[in-house]
Amino acid sequence: MRLGFSAVVGLTAIVGAVFVATTFTTPPLDSVQRGYRGTGQIQSYQDRAYTRLTAANQAPEVIPAVDPEGQKASVGYTNLKVLGDLDKAEFDRLMMAITNWVSPDAGCNYCHNPENMASDELYTKVVARRMLEMVSTINTKYKAHVANTGVTCYTCHRGQPVPGYIWYTDPNLSHASGYAQAPTGQNKAAAVVGYTSLPYDVFTPFLKEANDLRIISQTALPQRDAGARKSIMQAEWTYGAMAHISDGLGVNCTYCHNTRSFTEWSQSSPQRAVAWYAIRHVRELNNTYLDPLAPILPANRLGALGDAPKINCTTCHQGVFKPLLGVSQLKDYPELATTLTAKK
Amino acid sequence: MTEYQNIFNRVQIRGETYPGVPLPPDTDDRFGQPIFSYWAGKLGNAQIGPIYLGGLGLASAICFGIAAAVVGLNFLAQVNWDWIQFVRQFFWLALEPPLPQYGLTFPPLAQGGWWLITGFFLTASILLWWARMYTRAKALGLGTHVSWAFAAAIFFYLSLGFFRPILMGSWGEGVPFGIFPHLDWTAAISIRFGNLYYNPFHMLSIAFLYGSAVLFAMHAGTLLAVSRYGGEREIEQIVDRGTAVERAMLFWRWQIGFNATIESFHRWGYWFAVLTVITAGIGILLTGTVVDNWYLWAVKHGVAPSYPPVFPPVTDPALISGVPQ
Repeated sequence: MRLGFSAVVGLTAIVGAVFVATTFTTPPLDSVQRGYRGTGQIQSYQDRAYTRLTAANQAPEVIPAVDPEGQKASVGYTNLKVLGDLDKAEFDRLMMAITNWVSPDAGCNYCHNPENMASDELYTKVVARRMLEMVSTINTKYKAHVANTGVTCYTCHRGQPVPGYIWYTDPNLSHASGYAQAPTGQNKAAAVVGYTSLPYDVFTPFLKEANDLRIISQTALPQRDAGARKSIMQAEWTYGAMAHISDGLGVNCTYCHNTRSFTEWSQSSPQRAVAWYAIRHVRELNNTYLDPLAPILPANRLGALGDAPKINCTTCHQGVFKPLLGVSQLKDYPELATTLTAKK
Repeated sequence: MTEYQNIFNRVQIRGETYPGVPLPPDTDDRFGQPIFSYWAGKLGNAQIGPIYLGGLGLASAICFGIAAAVVGLNFLAQVNWDWIQFVRQFFWLALEPPLPQYGLTFPPLAQGGWWLITGFFLTASILLWWARMYTRAKALGLGTHVSWAFAAAIFFYLSLGFFRPILMGSWGEGVPFGIFPHLDWTAAISIRFGNLYYNPFHMLSIAFLYGSAVLFAMHAGTLLAVSRYGGEREIEQIVDRGTAVERAMLFWRWQIGFNATIESFHRWGYWFAVLTVITAGIGILLTGTVVDNWYLWAVKHGVAPSYPPVFPPVTDPALISGVPQ
């Protein structure tokens, strides 16, 4: 069969159009200059994505404030280990808010046995208590990351019992065993690292374990101590982690870095220091609050290796530079900004 | 008029197929029944075949086949022998070099041994192909220019995957075999060594690469423009300039006051192309061995400018005492 010239041109045009439409970001694009001119420190925004992300990251309605009853919640209720010192009316309001934030469909019964609200028989209630302690820790101890904006349950949960963006340690189950190349932790089409071929479980080494992200040397010439030398492979892991931050926050590399020298702090934006604290913050939360929940979670909430669901940048940020576009609800729920610790 | 403004050949010469000049008695035969292809004729000569394989070509093809099979089987294992995933993720899959802790030893097959085996057979295949290219040129009574240009590219290839890893003392510095992975590796080596854009040999290589494209466009454009006067018969015109070449040379002399000749221009093209990979190879060999951070090197030597601060001063939090690390 001999294809006509126009048929070849037509087929090429169709294939080309599909390639262009599925590969490139469609205009219009806005770019905002942040750094010194000529250094490329810009942020790019696509109009439709911007509209979609803005709509998806609106703070929820605030339950109107209530007049205090003048009586502690622990007087009316039993088994209050964290919130017992709240005023009873404010306690009830917070419980309503938590229901709206976390389990609007299942309601109170997602955590409570309606026959005995005080009972800890549902694991979800035990987890919720621990999460309250976590929120309080975030809002009181990690101001270098969350400033006075803080977080509520909604920052991550967004009306779902399990937040939409969580991670488990990757078990490399799709990989054959035998004499073939052992799993390398990379080279898979993975959304978390922006569909690069970079290492995809960048969370376990950096947001659970405390591996060093710094791979660029601080001297122009090589140093004698070759033992401390960082490899190109390590650079790929750092690169993957940075791709995740960029993806999770919906920002370019240049939001924090002057890309002519990624490592140079004096040329970075102040946001880079916030991210530095954020990485340590998330790591500590994963190790202190989230991973230890594994023994009390049911099997269907655990990862393939039996680990608990954990958080990364996207869990709160969900594609925008500040979660819920920087709207703070701590002033509406000030009890979440106080120190809450479970009493034995 | 439009004949010469088309990227495809508009004219195809069809006669008897031409088997080529007779071969000396001690060489293998060319093989394959020659055919004419209409579509091949659009791009080049319509005649396909016969081809001369010879011992070097056969050995090269076998080595390439082994390298491709090792890479392909490792790709398949990576997706648990699932052909659909193999196709879907083909551009992402890779055969990675050994981990840095193995240094220059031969690691277990699963830990990078396959990468070394692939590298050996691919390199053997390329070197055998080089030898084939050289001997074919000799057999036809040609100069060996093409094989030396190929040798320059091989120098860059070996710099990346063989010479530099040896200098660094680790096979882990080598390039993975994979489509996207080798591109991500390219970005990663630049990041790791403080931005390759400040590597002067990288700069030279880019200048020669872009320069090659400009020279190619100038030459091809000029020659197509005078082909209506028979200008594409370049070789004859080196010794007997006709009106085509005179016009082509005048065209440039009137424009820029200086013009190449039909013989000199090919030297320009050749050296720009060859220097692209030679300078690239030198730049790679210096990276990590002689210079560890090209940005700082450029600052030290006054290459990288400094810019006025825009942001309030930012300091490394790791240097602030009392901050949990």
